[in-house]
Amino acid sequence: MDLAFTKEEQAFREEVRQFFKDNVPAETRRKMVEGRHLSKDEMVTWWRILNKKGWGVSHWPKEYGGTGWTSVQHYIFNEELQAYPAPQPLAFGVSMVGPVIYTFGNEEQKKKYLPRIANVDDWWCQGFSEPGSGSDLASLKTKAERRGDKWIINGQKTWTTLAQHADMIFCLCRTDPSAKKQMGISFIVFSMKSKGVTVRPIQTIDGGHEVNEVFFDDVEVPIENLIGEENKGWDYAKFLLGNERTGIARVGVSKERIRRIKELAAKVESGGRPVLEDPSFREKLTACEVELKALELTQLRVVADEGKHGKGKPNPASSVLKIKGSEIQQTTTELLMEVIGPFAAPYDIHGDDDSNETMDWTAQIAPSYFNNRKVSIYGGSNEIQRNIIAKAVLGL
Amino acid sequence: MDFDLTEEQRLLKDSIDGLLADAYDFDKRKLYMKEKGGWSQAIWSKLAEQGLLGLPFSEEDGGFGAGGVETMIVMEAMGRALVLEPYLATVVLSGGFLRHGGSAAQKAAHLPDIIDGSKTFAFAQLEKQSRYDLFDVATSAKKKGDGYVIDGEKFVVLNGENADTLIVTARTSGGQRDKSGIGLFIVPADAKGVTRKGYPTQDGLHAADITFTGVEVGADAAIGDAANALPLIERVVDEARIALCAEAVGLMDESLKTTVEYIKTRKQFGVAIGSFQSLQHRASDMFVALEQARSMSMFATMAAEFDDAKERATSIAAAKVQIGKSGKFVGQQAIQLHGGIGMTMEAKIGHYFKRLTMIESTFGDTDYHMRRVSEAGGLI
Repeated sequence: MDLAFTKEEQAFREEVRQFFKDNVPAETRRKMVEGRHLSKDEMVTWWRILNKKGWGVSHWPKEYGGTGWTSVQHYIFNEELQAYPAPQPLAFGVSMVGPVIYTFGNEEQKKKYLPRIANVDDWWCQGFSEPGSGSDLASLKTKAERRGDKWIINGQKTWTTLAQHADMIFCLCRTDPSAKKQMGISFIVFSMKSKGVTVRPIQTIDGGHEVNEVFFDDVEVPIENLIGEENKGWDYAKFLLGNERTGIARVGVSKERIRRIKELAAKVESGGRPVLEDPSFREKLTACEVELKALELTQLRVVADEGKHGKGKPNPASSVLKIKGSEIQQTTTELLMEVIGPFAAPYDIHGDDDSNETMDWTAQIAPSYFNNRKVSIYGGSNEIQRNIIAKAVLGL
Repeated sequence: MDFDLTEEQRLLKDSIDGLLADAYDFDKRKLYMKEKGGWSQAIWSKLAEQGLLGLPFSEEDGGFGAGGVETMIVMEAMGRALVLEPYLATVVLSGGFLRHGGSAAQKAAHLPDIIDGSKTFAFAQLEKQSRYDLFDVATSAKKKGDGYVIDGEKFVVLNGENADTLIVTARTSGGQRDKSGIGLFIVPADAKGVTRKGYPTQDGLHAADITFTGVEVGADAAIGDAANALPLIERVVDEARIALCAEAVGLMDESLKTTVEYIKTRKQFGVAIGSFQSLQHRASDMFVALEQARSMSMFATMAAEFDDAKERATSIAAAKVQIGKSGKFVGQQAIQLHGGIGMTMEAKIGHYFKRLTMIESTFGDTDYHMRRVSEAGGLI
């Protein structure tokens, strides 16, 4: 049992950190620190820098442009990326549809899609949730009917993150309405520019526009856009959701935010002394730091285990990472609210435009707090994660 | 970075688990409690036979030169089995003082007795006013000739009722809360002027309040520097905290296991109550709390080797915070999920809860260690 990273791993950390210092655009970093939304251009610019370096799709197999890093290297890369902070690669392409395509897709699909995912030539979005299918995803109703050499798609998806930027969507569609609910679903990809696709924004409680409703009205999709086998989509979806593991705890994000809390709480005064020196505030912050340290160690245990024994089956420990990771992220945004106190109140619409350049650092704190309520809901709500632990770990 | 046990460590784990599986079910434990002093001499001898009492001592001293991970393995197993025998008081604490601060003569005089199981020890530190501050010492050790005369009162001395030998903190100079002027003395429990009032503790262990009235000891009774033993005391108490973290993980692990088994078999409304989602979610939260505690127990074990003293102390304090919180949560939920049966002396789950509860207030509770982490500037 040994906590120390090897010399090579430490050198790798330095290399990664230096690369971020030299290459993340300053404005992108500033917006990340302040919890502002980035424009599409800012994100794509950064991802292409990353891809040029060969780190855009780091965890993919080498033959498709991956790095061949060890589990520990991936961990270090993610941690440094989150802590710098810089935007993480677009999960929908890089972590979700990419692995499904290189695992279940045919050669033609691999050639066609993978390089464009890596370079974000296509911005991908995820067509999973529907108005009536949230946690009970397998009840989804969006239909794909075979007509000649085409799929005809009708239905509605929702909570589609950044669909307003998207060129492509991967979509779970019902292809066999007579089969048991998990059995009749297929995994189909198509262009968001197709005729019959409508994107309607959903404004969230922070005032932002991250998610959308997406409507399909007789959308025609070439038959070869089916990934893998027909009616096997549920298996691919499960594979996809179990794939993203160690990043899910977002330890680096929370660490960066705690540093920011300390920096701000040292400046802002309450009762004639810095908020940081207020004992009740301090105790809450420390409690959060201890939880985060424990989470970091739990994550390292999962990483070390994967490194030694291979990835194998989805590790139920990832549910622990999701539950604790989301709770801690939420706590950090709550603590930021406490730091600024009454100055959380002034409201300003933010968005992808840069018109809020002149706002001071307080402007995004309340929206970020409101926005972060999502993290215990998305990606399998924390209640679903508890169901998974009860079933898969405790055998209940 | 590696969290796996070595082959040898795995063998150690199998060996202690095997020993306790045979010798220590809940019914046998009840019998051991009734033996003299509240624990089993036969079990203690078995632990000695298997080399477990000599684990952390160097080979020159007759031990096995094992490290913190080995102690973690043993303590976790002992937690799981709810062991009564005085391993913490004798091997971890008293053995730790001798190991890190004892002279060659002191080691030669006492370690063989610890290692072969013939004698047990106790650490007499807590005073009425000291609470968790190790430097708050009113008991005095006044120079007399070459030796010292010890006067004062110590409370809730774990294994104090049965120990053959006491290791006592006493002040050689300075005021009650001065950090310097504290000494550490080896005192035979039957020395003239030592009065012990023994009693069982809430968790079924035994402790004693001990009065020292004009107790005379020689110069060779002092472990290390009689004018400045606080660093040694802090170091060894930190090791005891780490050991308690591991014991607590064993307790929580077994508590969760027992609780899950119970809700799988207990039926109400015609079904196992474990099929109800509200109970499942509580059990899942217990698992989360346990895993966070396990991580911090491992972290504390490894932190003992950190070079930076402040980082070391802060990391161990943080672990004690996590253990305190997780232990309270897991213990309370375990009782709740057992329902009425969890309230009975007869069911074992309540005894796990009680031991977890006592650990929280041993060598600093959650609030105390939270404050220490805060004062050190946090962990990030």
